[in-house]
Amino acid sequence: MKQEIIIAGFGGQGVLSMGKILAYSGLMEGKEVTWMPAYGPEQRGGTANVTVIVSDERISSPILSKYDTAIILNQPSLAKFEDKVKPGGVLIYDGYGIINPPTRKDIHIYRIDAMDEANERKMAKTFNMIVLGGLLKIRPVVSIESVVKALRKTLPERHHHLIPMNEEAIKIGMDIIKPV
Amino acid sequence: MAEEVVLMKGNEAIAHAAIRIGVDGYFGYPITPQSEVLETLAEQKPWETTGMVVLQAESEVAAINMVYGGAGSGKMVMTSSSSPGVSLKQEGISYIAGAELPCLIVNVMRGGPGLGTIQPSQADYFQTTKGGGHGDYHLIALAPASVQEMADFVDLGFQLAFKYRNPAIILADGVIGQMMEKVVLPAPRPRRTDEEVIAQCPWATTGRKNGRKPNIITSLELDPAIMEQRNIHLQQKYAEIEANEVRYEELQCEDAEYLIVAFGSCARIAQKAMEHAREEGIKVGLFRPITLWPFPTKALRERASRIKGILTVELNSGQMIEDVRLAVECSIPVEHFGRLGGIVPDPDEVIEAIKEKLINK
Repeated sequence: MKQEIIIAGFGGQGVLSMGKILAYSGLMEGKEVTWMPAYGPEQRGGTANVTVIVSDERISSPILSKYDTAIILNQPSLAKFEDKVKPGGVLIYDGYGIINPPTRKDIHIYRIDAMDEANERKMAKTFNMIVLGGLLKIRPVVSIESVVKALRKTLPERHHHLIPMNEEAIKIGMDIIKPV
Repeated sequence: MAEEVVLMKGNEAIAHAAIRIGVDGYFGYPITPQSEVLETLAEQKPWETTGMVVLQAESEVAAINMVYGGAGSGKMVMTSSSSPGVSLKQEGISYIAGAELPCLIVNVMRGGPGLGTIQPSQADYFQTTKGGGHGDYHLIALAPASVQEMADFVDLGFQLAFKYRNPAIILADGVIGQMMEKVVLPAPRPRRTDEEVIAQCPWATTGRKNGRKPNIITSLELDPAIMEQRNIHLQQKYAEIEANEVRYEELQCEDAEYLIVAFGSCARIAQKAMEHAREEGIKVGLFRPITLWPFPTKALRERASRIKGILTVELNSGQMIEDVRLAVECSIPVEHFGRLGGIVPDPDEVIEAIKEKLINK
């Protein structure tokens, strides 16, 4: 098993932390992982993205030409990464941030209205976990149990009371993701 | 007990490793993309546990001179910075090499020249391996290609630095500093006691007792006859390092027709390109220098006798390629592929370069 994933959106959407939780969850399952952020100044107001690789084998390059899965949370990121999904791969996008949806026919496209759902339920801060839930429904790279373990490990103790809400967000994401 | 595996950035691994192997002092000044080294040290507060000194100096120049002082007293001391900051340290580095003191310098390279950009680069290869500061000296230069090696090379760097009384440098780049990977940190060991430092470093200025001769640490010698002898001694030491400390890694070189030579992050990207090229039936191998000085000249020359051509992949306009060409003595074509100013190529670009510059030439 090897999943090469790009997560891309605006700075502040939780792109990097979502990638970090995914990488940590892979670590919990004893897998090989890399987490490579675009750490440039473009994170302020522009696009932020992170490449996460979860694999059973040693990982060569943390930087990739093509991805198995792209999670796209805004329009500029769609322009940048739609072409970089491998044929037969998966593209997941958030309906709120994308006015002109992806057009490729040789990949599997899913829509998740995570931003709308998060706002409606007054769970805005769990937006990225709803998206993560959507990803795990389509690509079960890691188990929810591993994600919860990872959250327990990475969050400071004073935030541990938020873990059930994040778990709920993952389940919501799994429910609302839809093929296009 | 099973080893604990953690997930962290290369910069964080440097800081944790330094604390765990008993480093006495860190002196630095923040600069992207290596600021997490100082940040992690500040967060870990090792002065409360191991007694390690962590100090944010007023400048890079001050930091390297604090290292000079600490090293003179036999302490395990280090500094870290990124390209423009390492340029500022060069005078101090030359003095430390001239005074024959052990220390560790970390350069997490960013794009230049000048203030440049904060994105990854490998354009300080010349600076690191061909001098940087003035005078006939060398740094022992280690090039990590993973977060694990960032952690491991702190210990290795200090071991080599003390063995040869010579500054060692970890030459990383923004990719290796900023990415997170699994890492097993070195087993914790206490800092050396004062008695252990005196025993290990009889040359150090540890306080003159029992009528021993004063230890004088300086790079200054106005008598050219003595200065020449000093230089000859340095060159003998460098020859010993070249004979004993060359390190490199070869991947799938046995049946290779073409070789990629790359270090650091580029070696990782090149490895993926090699995997893809082999899927297309192109027999590519990867030769990764781990010590950039001493450069693995002999090993590369031997390998070159069995291949058709070499592509060096670097985040610069062609610096290590000079050492590669010298190593193979122009017996086979040696071409370069690089991206500049903070742009990192993806594996497909490397495959294209192999085809364009070596195969379809």
